[in-house]
This record gives sequence, structure tokens and C-alpha cells, in this order.
Amino acid sequence: MSKDKSEYLINRKDNQYEVVIGLEVHAQVTSESKLFSTSSTKFGAEPNTQVSLVDAALPGMLPVINEYCVKQAIKTGIGLKAKINKRSVFDRKNYFYADLPQGYQISQFKDPIVGEGKVILDMPDGQKEVGIERLHLEQDAGKSIHDLDPKNTFVDLNRSGVALMEIVSKPDLRSPDEVNAYVKKLRSIMRYLGTCDGNMQEGSLRADVNVSVRKKGSKVFGTRCEIKNVNSIKFMQMAIEYEANRQVDLIEEGQSIDQETRLFDTKKNETRSMRSKEDAHDYRYFPDPDLLPLEVSDDFIEKLKLEIPELPDEKKKRFIEKFKLSPYEATILVSDNETSNYFENVIKKSDVKLATNWIIGELFAALNEKNLEITESPISAGNLSKLINLIKDGTISGKIAKTVFENMMEGDKDPKKIVEEKGLKQESDPKALEALIDKVIDDNREKANEYKSGKVKLFGFFVGQVMKVSGGKANPQLVNEILKKKL
Amino acid sequence: MSDITKQSLSELIKNIKDKKLSSTEVTKAFVERSEKSKELNAYVTEDFSAAIDKAKKFDENPNLDLKLPGIPMAVKDLFCTKNVKTTAGSKILNNFIPTYESTVTQNIWNEGAILLGKLNCDEFAMGSSNETSFFGCVQNPIDKDLVPGGSSGGSSSAVAAQLTPITIGTDTGGSIRQPASFTGIVGLKPTYGSCSRYGIVAFASSLDQAGPMAQNVRDCALLHEVISSYDEKDSTSIDFKRNNYVKELTNNIKGKKIGIPKEYRVDAMPKEIEDLWKKGIDYAKDCGAEIIDISLPHTNYALPTYYIVAPAEASSNLARYDGVKYGFRADGENLIDMYEKTRSEGFGAEVQRRIMIGTYVLSSGYYDAYYLKAQKVRKLIKNDFDEAYKKVDAILTPSTPSSAFKIGEKTNDPVSMYLNDIFTVPVNLAGLPGISIPAGHDAKGYPLGLQIIGKAFDEQNLLNIAYAMEEKINFKNKITDWWIK
Repeated sequence: MSKDKSEYLINRKDNQYEVVIGLEVHAQVTSESKLFSTSSTKFGAEPNTQVSLVDAALPGMLPVINEYCVKQAIKTGIGLKAKINKRSVFDRKNYFYADLPQGYQISQFKDPIVGEGKVILDMPDGQKEVGIERLHLEQDAGKSIHDLDPKNTFVDLNRSGVALMEIVSKPDLRSPDEVNAYVKKLRSIMRYLGTCDGNMQEGSLRADVNVSVRKKGSKVFGTRCEIKNVNSIKFMQMAIEYEANRQVDLIEEGQSIDQETRLFDTKKNETRSMRSKEDAHDYRYFPDPDLLPLEVSDDFIEKLKLEIPELPDEKKKRFIEKFKLSPYEATILVSDNETSNYFENVIKKSDVKLATNWIIGELFAALNEKNLEITESPISAGNLSKLINLIKDGTISGKIAKTVFENMMEGDKDPKKIVEEKGLKQESDPKALEALIDKVIDDNREKANEYKSGKVKLFGFFVGQVMKVSGGKANPQLVNEILKKKL
Repeated sequence: MSDITKQSLSELIKNIKDKKLSSTEVTKAFVERSEKSKELNAYVTEDFSAAIDKAKKFDENPNLDLKLPGIPMAVKDLFCTKNVKTTAGSKILNNFIPTYESTVTQNIWNEGAILLGKLNCDEFAMGSSNETSFFGCVQNPIDKDLVPGGSSGGSSSAVAAQLTPITIGTDTGGSIRQPASFTGIVGLKPTYGSCSRYGIVAFASSLDQAGPMAQNVRDCALLHEVISSYDEKDSTSIDFKRNNYVKELTNNIKGKKIGIPKEYRVDAMPKEIEDLWKKGIDYAKDCGAEIIDISLPHTNYALPTYYIVAPAEASSNLARYDGVKYGFRADGENLIDMYEKTRSEGFGAEVQRRIMIGTYVLSSGYYDAYYLKAQKVRKLIKNDFDEAYKKVDAILTPSTPSSAFKIGEKTNDPVSMYLNDIFTVPVNLAGLPGISIPAGHDAKGYPLGLQIIGKAFDEQNLLNIAYAMEEKINFKNKITDWWIK
């Protein structure tokens, strides 16, 4: 493993800087209703139509924990190979804002529901383990809308009270690429578990990014800045790149870094100071007296463990061991549950090696071109399996298969029918091929003589001619054999 | 029957069931007396005509199997009542009309009772004299310009003055027991978790508890039976087997062990209170109870602990009153300015004082020294009671360190005001039930109360002891109707 090759360093004159990144990912819990109320969490509803008395913080309203969200958080913790805390506490995080109706957010501060865990990243130069510090449950706030009116701000409370999991990583990430891999892996695990849909466009997954820099080889962390609420992987990468360079420039100029909260301006591609450490809120966390400590039994956790599906790491291991895939192939195929399901359906009745190549190669390219998810693939796993079998048993050549594949992409047609209808079946009858070859040699007497007199390069020309005359259907292996004899 | 309003709840129910009185007659009688008693300022919102309409409707098809058949009653204005203004005694909720009903009041209406109106209270239940209400002081019917106690001052005044046969209050540090004591009535603070907090404007969530206030122990037991219920909408509500408190009520308390905590003999306690306590011990002995000296060593720390925990929770609970969604809003230059003006103008001085104390004790750097320490002391106070209850069935103390004081007497001295709660506060911190029963008068003829503290969820035993002692004490409230011209 050539680690140095891929090391992400920022170079200035004589100095090399390493970037240290930690992520606080806010993942919306997949749940019909909110964390402490029965309102719907459906995305895209008319403003303020999914707001209960609790969500709007009317006087005398009390939170009641949604057991399903607790289960989802624990399942996620299991997926992150993390310690599940049998006793956790909901705290109030106090601050005033127009879209925070209670005047506090119910979160978990000292005693989160999930403790330390880990995520394995598959980087080009090998695996990397990223530590998880904790996972806790909290409420989302509402949304302030500033651009509907020149003077007034409007508030939409549909999101108010929606359950979020805040997943805090250790400062183990070292490059934008690792951040990319980390967020994708986290999302993949949660999608396998069905605990977060990971839809970044809808805000189901966002992150606060902590960035600091230090001279290469230093063991001491630099002063970090927190970039708030970044909602796409691309923006996370851009923000890190900008922020790391900004910090390095300051250090090179002999200045110090202020610990502060910054915003990433996606239009200008820069981070800007939002508030300094001195201005940081004092959230006055204290245990929410409306909620008793959350206690779960071993039995409760064990039952949830039984619901955990095979996760990407285990599936990858199985694919490599059982199907002899390369780590690269396995990583791609397990990246999401749907892809791995598709793959496993295809290979139920067809050759693994061919299936792997066709899915990773042709299918992904075609889906990419049409901007389709694997679940929307025009070619069903069953029909792709048939196509592979046609190649395997010699009915069609690999080249013809590509034509058939293109036809299949137009609509999920049975490849056998396409081959029959279009007469694409491979010609493997030696007698028919001999006749064909005889004719080609006849038509090209002169070249045949040249070949015989030693111009062996012309063999390729004859193969080409035969294939051309056969309309590409001639079995290339047989053509080779017969041509050699005849010439 | 001319003296309808003089009847106890139990008498009224009997008369309605025996068809000697209709709900309409009863309701009209209380409405008329309430109309004549405006000087007491007990009501914030009157709902009299609606009450009479409901009574008429009840009489058309009376369901006499209910526990409170056609009984009119006013409730503290801290309970959210559907379509009836609910202010919590504050300007900031002066225009607030809930679209929902608190669980406790819903339980009451489900048993056939009829809402007369909403009773005055200290702003957000923060006070011991009802003087912090945005809607003005309440007169104690015992004497002019005397406070009725607080925070359930409108409630205590209304029951003592017979404007309502019974009522419900809330008790965070003594807000039912102290006003009951000041007005010569009975007030029960149930075990934390007995009565749902759903729909009650929150003051301090870990201490708040609704409870009945009545003219006698039996009425109190009946109302408690109605309001105590497990409620899934309140996560701190406790699912335990509730008694038929009235049916099981008995004055036979022979052999019950009653503890006398030495730490409640506070410095400068008036002799009258000391004497009352002694009398109480004698009454208990007369009932056949065994008196045992006990110690609750952390009693001294209860008041300071309370004045950290309660304001801390209040500072957070009251953050929702920000002018954004409902209630009073003052215009501002921007969001922060609007917040500041709304909350400066919307909250009174005592509420602002407690928000500031609460914000301070939760601040980073002070949290451990105040809030965390207070929580530890709270645990010690609870342990004291747990220890004591290994030896005794209940504990007897005075309800308050003095009788009712004059309006304005303590308004400029918050600490002296806070000291009023010295005997009641430990009970809330420990989550226990406590009852105040009238037990005598001081030299001025003002009522004095005794407090009985029970084991958690042991309201039945508590009520039985109170019931037995009530019989021996045979207290008569001295109400002259001075305010009725």
C-alpha cells in the first residue's frame, strides 16, 4: 500500500500541512412521525400543515418519545458497530430563534443513546478506519424563510420536531476524498438499515464540518473551525479545500487561527465567519424534566440485532470469498443494497464473472447515461441473466451481446427473442463457416497467395472479412481455426 | 334552599342526586354569589352564562351516575381550557385561547362538572400571595387587604368565600397547601405523577402537580379521585393502581405512626405556630395515632435547593413565550429587539427575576456549582424522607410558618416571601403527597393549617389521617362576607 502517493497535503514554500477533519452528520431518521409528536414527517407538504400542538410549543404541551425513532437510532448504532447505551438522557439545548418554538431543542448532551463505534472506508490504497465518537437523537428546528417578503420572515414548522441522529466522528479524516468516502459509507450503512434515506436534496443528510491544519508530522491538533450545515458532499469537499488553504495561509503569515463557526458560501466558494468562540451560545444544557431518562433492556437491543440485515462490510467479505470478486468489484457492488440485490439476482442463474463485468461495465454506464438508479433499470436482473447465458453457451458473441443489450435498454425485452427476431444468433456450424471462408479466400486470391508466401499479418484481414460477410455472427473461435487450416 | 353555596360538595351532590336541587339552581347560586364578590378579584375570566346554559342542558337529561353531576366549579387559570381564555395570570398570555383541554380538567368535565370560570393566580404560579398576577391582587375572604396565599390565591379565596364548591390548583412549592392554610380550607398536593401535567401551563416541570382544594377532606378526596389518572400524553405520569379514595375513606387511624421532624422547628417560628403544632400532635394522639420523633436532616437546604431547581426549569419552560407564535407581542426593530420588548413588557418583575436566576444557575461555569449541586441535595432530601418512612406512615408539620399577611407587606422582600414555603417545598422536591388542613386560628382570628406528608402514592392513608384529625379539630372558618355590600 503506497500511502504516501494519495496523501492529501497542502504545500507552501518549505512546509507541508496535513488537514484534520471531523464530521457531525445530521441524519433524518426514517420515520412516519416526529421524535416527540405524532405529526407526519412527509417531505414537501404545504407549510405548517404538519404541525401538532407539541411541535408549535403551545402552553402545557409535553413531549412523548416515539419508540420507533429510538429503535432506528439503536439499529444505526449497531450498524456502526457502536456501544449502545442502555440509559440515555434527553437534555434541553436552550436558545432563542423564530423557528425554534419551544425556545430549546430537545437533544442528548452528556448521555447519548449510542457511544463509540467505527466506519471502515475503502480507499484506493486500502482500508481506513474512522472512529465514531457518538450518536444522539435530537429534534430538528423549523425553517425560517427570509426571501418571501422584504420586511418579514416567515416560519414553516413542518420540520419542527422531526427526529435527527447526530453522528459525530472522531477527527480521523484527512482529505476531501476521505470525507466523500465516509459520508457515502455512512449513508450506505443507513440505507441498508432503512434508518435514514440519505437524501441530501431534501435535507435528510447534512453535516457540520470541523477543519484544522497542522504541519506534517505534528501530533498536536491545530485550532479548528466548524463549517455549519453543509448539505452536499461536493460542497463539503469544496468547503474543506477552501478552509484548509485559508488556515494554512494564516499560519504562513504568522497569524493564528480563531476558533469559530463559519458558513460556506456555495456561490462564492468560500467560508465566512459566522460567530467567534466568544460569541458562542451558552446553551445551558440540562436534563429535560418533561422526559424521564430513556432506558432500554438487553432484550430490546437483542431483538433489534435480529432485524439487522447483512451490512456492506460483511456483504463485501462474502462476495469476495464466495464469488471470488476482487475487492474493487465487491466494493462497487455492495455500495448500496439495491445494487447488491440486483447482482445477486443476476448470478442466481448465470456466470458470476460475466455478470460482474456486465453490471459494473455496460449496465452502470448505460444507467449513468440515462441518469437512472439501479431500481429503475430498464433491464431486469432476470433478462440480464439470460443475456449472459446466451454469451456463455456461445449462442451469441460478446460483440453481438452489446447490440442485444442496447436493444434491451429500450425496454425490458427477453434477449432470446431479440436474437431470434433480429437473426443475431452466432454461426457455429463448421460446414456453413467453411463455405463462407472458401468464398472469402476465393474472392481474395491474391492476398491468400501473399499470406502463403509469408505475409502472416494478413490473417487478421481474412478474419475481418469473414466476420463482415457473416454480419458479425460467425463464431470467432471457429473462424480462426478453419481459416488457419484453409490458408 | 337558600344556602346552596354554603353546602359542601358532598351535600350538593347528594341533593342533586336526590333531585332536591337541580344543576341550574346550584350553578345560578354560585354565579350569583360570584357576581356579588367581584371585590375579591378571584376570577380572571368568568364563564357564567355558558355555565348556566350547560347546567340547563345537564338538567334536561341528567346523568346522576357521574361523580360530579352538574356541579359548577371554577378552576385555576393555569389549566388550559378549550375555547376559554387561559392566561396563567400573565400579560403575555392575556389573549390566549387554547384549542385544547388539559387532561385534569377534561377528567372533571367527563364526570359532569361545569366550568364557572378561571381563577386568578400568581403569574405563571410564581408567588406566595397572588400579588404577582397581571390581573391584580386577590382578597382573602377572611379579612380585607389580606393575601389569600399563592400561587393558587384565586382558588383558595373562591373556595373559602363559597364562590365555587371546590376547585383545582397547582402546587410547585406549596401553591395549593399554603393558600389553603391562609384561607381555612383543605388543599392536597398529590404524589408527583398522579395527575397529568398535560395542558397545564408549566412552571417547573419536575415539581408541578395539580391537586384539589375544598372545604373538607371528603370533598378533597372525591375531587382527587376524579383528577388522578394515568396519561400517556405526559411522560412523567405514573401508571399505578388508584384507589376509590372516597369509598375507602376512614377515620380509623389507630396505630398509625406519625412522625414529627425536629428540623421543622425553625428559628423565629411564631409561638402560635408552635402551639398549633403541639395541638395537632394531641389531635393525632386522640385519634389513636402513635407519635414518633424523626429527623429530616437536610430540611435546611430545601428552600435554597428549590430556588435553584424551580427557576432553572422555569427559565427554559418560559422561553416559548417569545411573541412569535401566540400571546402578547411588542413591536421591535428586529427579532432580538422584538424578543426583548415582548418579554420585558409581557412578564412581570417576579417572573423576570426567576428567569434570570434560572438562566444564571444553568450557565456554563455555574451549572455544576448550582444546578448540579441542587440536584444532589434534592436526592438527599428525598433520601431523608425514605429513611423516615421506614419508621412512620406519615409526617405532621405546620403548613406555613405564619398566618396570612397583609397585601403589600412582603412585596419588596422576596426572600421573606420565599420563606413562606419553607414547610411545603421539601414535599415537592421529594415528589411526595402533602395535605393542608385548617387546624386553628391565630390571635387575629386568621386560620392556621397543619400539613400531613404521606408516602409516595399513599394518598389514601394521607386522606384518612386528615379525615380523622379534621373530625377532632372541628374547625369553623370565620367568614363575615365583609366584601358583599
